Amino acid sequence: MDPDVVISIRDLVKTFPDREGRDVKVLDGVSFDIRRGETLVIMGGSGCGKSTLLNCLIGEYRINGGSTLYRTSDMDAPVDLAGLTDAELDRVRLRFGILFQSGALFNSLSVAENVALPLREHTSVDPSVIDIIVTLKLQQVKMLPHRDKMPSQLSGGQKKRAGLARATALDPEILFYDEPSAGLDPVTSAAIDELMIDFSRKLSVTSIVVTHEMDSAFRIADRMVMLEKGRVLRIGERQEFERLRDADPATLNTDADRLLNQFLNGASSGPLTDRDGLSMFEKLLIEG
Amino acid sequence: MTDPSASDRSRAARGVIAVGRFVDGRVRGMRSFIATFGALAELLGQTLRSCGPALLRKKSRLGRESLLDQMVRVGVRSIGIVVLVQIFIGIIIALQMAPTLQQYGQLERVADVVGIAVVRELGPLITAIVLSGFAGASIAAEIGSMVEGEEIKALRAHAMNPVRFLVVPRFLATVVMLTGLCVIADIVGVLGGMITAVLVLDIGAPVYLEFTRQALKFSDFYGGLVKAAVFGLTISMIACHEGFSVSGGAEGVGRATTSTVVKSIVALIAVDVVFTIIFYVFKI
Repeated sequence: MDPDVVISIRDLVKTFPDREGRDVKVLDGVSFDIRRGETLVIMGGSGCGKSTLLNCLIGEYRINGGSTLYRTSDMDAPVDLAGLTDAELDRVRLRFGILFQSGALFNSLSVAENVALPLREHTSVDPSVIDIIVTLKLQQVKMLPHRDKMPSQLSGGQKKRAGLARATALDPEILFYDEPSAGLDPVTSAAIDELMIDFSRKLSVTSIVVTHEMDSAFRIADRMVMLEKGRVLRIGERQEFERLRDADPATLNTDADRLLNQFLNGASSGPLTDRDGLSMFEKLLIEG
Repeated sequence: MTDPSASDRSRAARGVIAVGRFVDGRVRGMRSFIATFGALAELLGQTLRSCGPALLRKKSRLGRESLLDQMVRVGVRSIGIVVLVQIFIGIIIALQMAPTLQQYGQLERVADVVGIAVVRELGPLITAIVLSGFAGASIAAEIGSMVEGEEIKALRAHAMNPVRFLVVPRFLATVVMLTGLCVIADIVGVLGGMITAVLVLDIGAPVYLEFTRQALKFSDFYGGLVKAAVFGLTISMIACHEGFSVSGGAEGVGRATTSTVVKSIVALIAVDVVFTIIFYVFKI
């Protein structure tokens, strides 16, 4: 494994049983590397498997085939999440933070207590120091005035900011973002993007962002991955995706390029949809 | 014209298909039952293993605070309804048994019947059934909402075991408080019988209490308490399991609460049957 690579995904397969109990592949042979310090955006249409991929990467789902190798700075050799026990998996999890779609704050705790919880649980730092760290983390995400509020008193954007403060409480090396812009107005969404860029640049954090908000994706990405039907359709630098987005579809030579062009522009017609406006996924469902 | 033999064949085929579907349905149901039973046993194992760390580790503040919260919610808030129900049970048993006992000239023995029925059986069982609706449903709804709000995922993502943080306090609170409530239920149930005896059956309170004292053995009392503890374990495991299994948003949370109450009541009666057989065989 290249020392610049922090996560290496190889031939990853994830299946789920359907109603008849037959295994259906949601991820089918996904392979790519995530480099240390980069911001990688994983995108794709609904049902393409991007959330499943994120859940596999954070150890929420056990994979059915392939490997997800991690090599954080404290590891002598790469470890495969698939082969770890729960206790070993928890040790790897301490090196990453996750911002969930809803913020996922603990409703019974205040904002400050939410941020302090990982510190209390996983460090032996004095409570007064924890209080200082919490203040700093909340300041970073501009949530200090709301430190004593309960999650039910916060707006969607504030919940995500607080969730981000909690995700960074243990100074993680890798940050996962699950649909960070979902349900937010454009201004709040841009503010969250700024925070993500800030964390990435100032703290040299590796960021993996799952989104289908294209404006946000092009603002934050160093590289991008497009998933289609559980496979990697394209992976590349942001500039490459920008060129594909801005290209005239008539000048594109491959189906993959035309499909990407349609997706990146959010066009209603193209290879992703037929004349009836159905996506390939919907057609498959209808045709059985 | 329709070919009669073809019609017979299709009728036979439909019959075979119907039988096949019936068998398939039963097999699936059995598999689902075994899977649920296995999942409950696994959850119980994880909970018992996590009890030590949850109570002893200094850092697990959430767990210990939550234990007190849960004890208040599960136990203290249920006292009123348990008292009310058990008084009614005492009154009902006394009034139901009085005519028959009077025929034999043994009206005072109503104290024996109420005492044994309440302390051995109805104290723990009725309290547990009340608690399955009162606390079990709310535990399932609370954990289910946390699943939907990604809080459980967030706990795991922060390397924190949801069983230790969420199940252990609810498990301990339900077991401890149901046992405590059972003591209250026993006293109040006997009291309900005594009120009826004094006001309706014209039996003096000292006579009633003396007959109750003579009828009851210590093993009746602690046997009931052991039952109550196991009932608490049963309710908490089913409620937490149903909560963790929630999917499909608010509708899923609603389904989990209903399912918790139904499964708990069936399980409580099944466990009670096992206890009754054991107590009968070993003459406890």
